[in-house]
Amino acid sequence: MSARDLATQLSYLAASVLFIIGLRSLTRPEAARRGMQQAAVGMLLAVCGTLINHAIVDYRWIAAGLVLGALIGYPLGMWVPTTALPQRIAMSLSFGALAATLVGVSEYHHVFHGGEGLIEPGRMAALGFEVLLGSITVTGALVAFGKLQEVIPSRPMTYRGQNFVNLVLFVAAVALFVLVVVDPTQSGAFYGMIGIAALLGLLMVLPIGGADMPVVVALLNSYCGLAASATGFALGNSILIICGALDGASGFLLSMLMSKAMNRSFSNVLFGAFGNAPAATSAAEGTALVARSISAEDAAIQLAYAQRVIIVPGYGMAVAQAQHAVRELAELIEKRGGEVKYAIHPVAGRMPGHMNVLLAEANVPYDRLYDMDEINGEFPQTDVALVIGANDVVNPAARSDPTSPIYGMPILDVDRAKAVIVLKRGMAVGFAGIENALFFAPATSMLFGDAKTSITRLVSEVKSA
Amino acid sequence: MLILELYIFVLAAFVGYMVITRVPPLLHTPLMSATNAISGISLVGSLVAAGSQRGSVATILGFIAVVAATANIVGGFLITDRMLRMFRRDPKPADAGANAATEPPAAR
Repeated sequence: MSARDLATQLSYLAASVLFIIGLRSLTRPEAARRGMQQAAVGMLLAVCGTLINHAIVDYRWIAAGLVLGALIGYPLGMWVPTTALPQRIAMSLSFGALAATLVGVSEYHHVFHGGEGLIEPGRMAALGFEVLLGSITVTGALVAFGKLQEVIPSRPMTYRGQNFVNLVLFVAAVALFVLVVVDPTQSGAFYGMIGIAALLGLLMVLPIGGADMPVVVALLNSYCGLAASATGFALGNSILIICGALDGASGFLLSMLMSKAMNRSFSNVLFGAFGNAPAATSAAEGTALVARSISAEDAAIQLAYAQRVIIVPGYGMAVAQAQHAVRELAELIEKRGGEVKYAIHPVAGRMPGHMNVLLAEANVPYDRLYDMDEINGEFPQTDVALVIGANDVVNPAARSDPTSPIYGMPILDVDRAKAVIVLKRGMAVGFAGIENALFFAPATSMLFGDAKTSITRLVSEVKSA
Repeated sequence: MLILELYIFVLAAFVGYMVITRVPPLLHTPLMSATNAISGISLVGSLVAAGSQRGSVATILGFIAVVAATANIVGGFLITDRMLRMFRRDPKPADAGANAATEPPAAR
């Protein structure tokens, strides 16, 4: 090993350690920023370590690529508003997978055009995995981006026999994979596999609805990591293997947590679109039920004199961008001597941790944000639970009604609070397409209208109360 | 060689799993953007593809890969830092009024 190679390897080792330190720092909010800055230094080391590689002889394209990439990356990092974070993350998953896929294609092309002309099966299999997972993620993440950005309708798009079509495509991709591992010279099979995988990614994510996006984004994150790891196997590069494994583990863990929070399996999210769940049973009995509507004045009086208030934000708060108004309302209640906490359901919003980031942006201190398990016991002592644009995650049917499609999903026990005020646009059903018994409960009153407008009115009413 | 790489993969995945299990749900979004930035490490593969004069196909594919990976690294670390800057503890009660006064304008 030459001195240069040694320097490269040492830079990779240092980077790996710094990355793990960075991720480790995310266990504590106060240490996280510094830890991630160390990880960024690690990245710089790894890049510098690579640039001294013997194989690199021409730096023109590299320089151009680095400059252009930085020019694209800067606005993606600094200018994207926090409300657009879910689609921003979906897009970067697509970018990451694209890089991995292209490296794989370039490597494969090189083997038979100027390279040694043969490739051992282990390495070919790694290359195959890389482009297979990579291209599924490229198109899958693009569709997720489109749905989150609402370029593509975010409702589940289903058609008859879609699982069969996906299965056929999957089997075909695997067959081509085996073929190209057995005989790497079959370049048609290699590129065909990429095409089929790309189509599969598209068709797999298209039927999945908006509220299932946290699982999908986490799962694509995991694929993206595995593709990077496969790149490492293909190139014999240990830092790629390590980073891919870290990324893959993170995505895997998050998708497990998200699925658990919805009481659904991976396969159920991926193969069973939620939106067409039968809503007929509850609709029939729903006609007899009447939800009690409340004026902003009356709601404000309840809030102004409450000792303990729990705010339950959902996707509706994100859509209305009501987080700043919510924080203002909470501060008013606190000034009057009440105590305000926030209850965050793991799948509230469109990505893991969505509500936490929005509220942090609005200057809500993070020690007021509570996870479902931490806060569920406190609802019975709560004077007012204020539900802002959340629906399925507070539906008591998940606890009590075995026929409900969301039965068994862990929910926030909002219905156990002494009084519940639900802010909602109208009486539309939630994402799962089912009635919410919470809205008809005796302790619940509904404040209809846009979340931001309603909260702003509550703020001015509490001020004068 | 392959078996050694497999060791690295399994051990790294294990370390990742142990570390990431302890990340609180509070920071799950920064976690995603952080792992995203870190997976921009495919840049090291892209750099070799773009710079080792293996013909125009490899160079062009490598160039696009360099752009995509760099965008992820730069954007990923920046946005993670921006998010982490927003997470803060409860200030002293005296500060509460001051914070209300300096409320950032609500996004459109």
